Amino acid sequence: MIWPEVRGFGFDPFSELRRLQREMNRLFEGYSEADIAWPAVNVWSNRDEVVVSAEAPGVDPKDLRVSVQNDVFTLEGERKSDAPGEDVVTHRAEREFGRFARSVRLPFEVDSAKASAKYRNGVLTVTLPRSEVSKPRQIAVASE
Amino acid sequence: MSARKEETAIETTKDRATAVELTRDQPVFAPATDIYERDDAVLVFCDMPGVDEKHLEITLEEGVLTILGYADAPAPADHELIYRGFTPGVFRRAFTLGAEADPEKIRAKISNGVLRIEIGKTEKAQPRKIPVVSE
Repeated sequence: MIWPEVRGFGFDPFSELRRLQREMNRLFEGYSEADIAWPAVNVWSNRDEVVVSAEAPGVDPKDLRVSVQNDVFTLEGERKSDAPGEDVVTHRAEREFGRFARSVRLPFEVDSAKASAKYRNGVLTVTLPRSEVSKPRQIAVASE
Repeated sequence: MSARKEETAIETTKDRATAVELTRDQPVFAPATDIYERDDAVLVFCDMPGVDEKHLEITLEEGVLTILGYADAPAPADHELIYRGFTPGVFRRAFTLGAEADPEKIRAKISNGVLRIEIGKTEKAQPRKIPVVSE
């Protein structure tokens, strides 16, 4: 348990209780970690490029927009519903549809002209090579 | 709408995923699934990103329809994972089919990571319109 820092006139023994109460309230509001962001993305990188993969099943590639500005990668799009129509009874509806947008900050600036993206089996994979200016340069050390 | 709720061709009262454990070293996920029912068929749509027909197994055994899919997503070689939003794993979900489902009439298609299964109902189970004659 992390105790709050001691301030001038002593710490507040109720702050922990208040925090706990806030969290309990949140539970009952229906707030859930799973609401965070769709689609889920993984970001891989090495020194020369970043690879972002996103799980976005059922999206038409025409409805996907991938853009990069400096070191921010943005994935936007729309997943259109493929529900069968009007004369059906719905027993379960767990999938989500609609517009989505997600931005991820990359570890370095990338060259958008050399980037490539492919969408296969519902997974979007974007390869972003590092921009030349952001590559680290070796500086020679001369001894005197 | 609510009057038709009693006639379900698929009962998922027992989630059979917990009945059998897979001996695999990957996490097992239950895919998000939509179930719709038409007069002549039940439609099951599952979100399984990264899965194609080569890595998919759908079996019907003793009235239980089991869907098993593996996402084939090799991590890029010699890259470091700096943000993990999802873990590759196995998608598994099982449903008990009711008596209305006709095992001969099951068709499954997968495209862009969405699996669509159509389970036809037996002739007897389809609603029949009774013509009314006025006298």
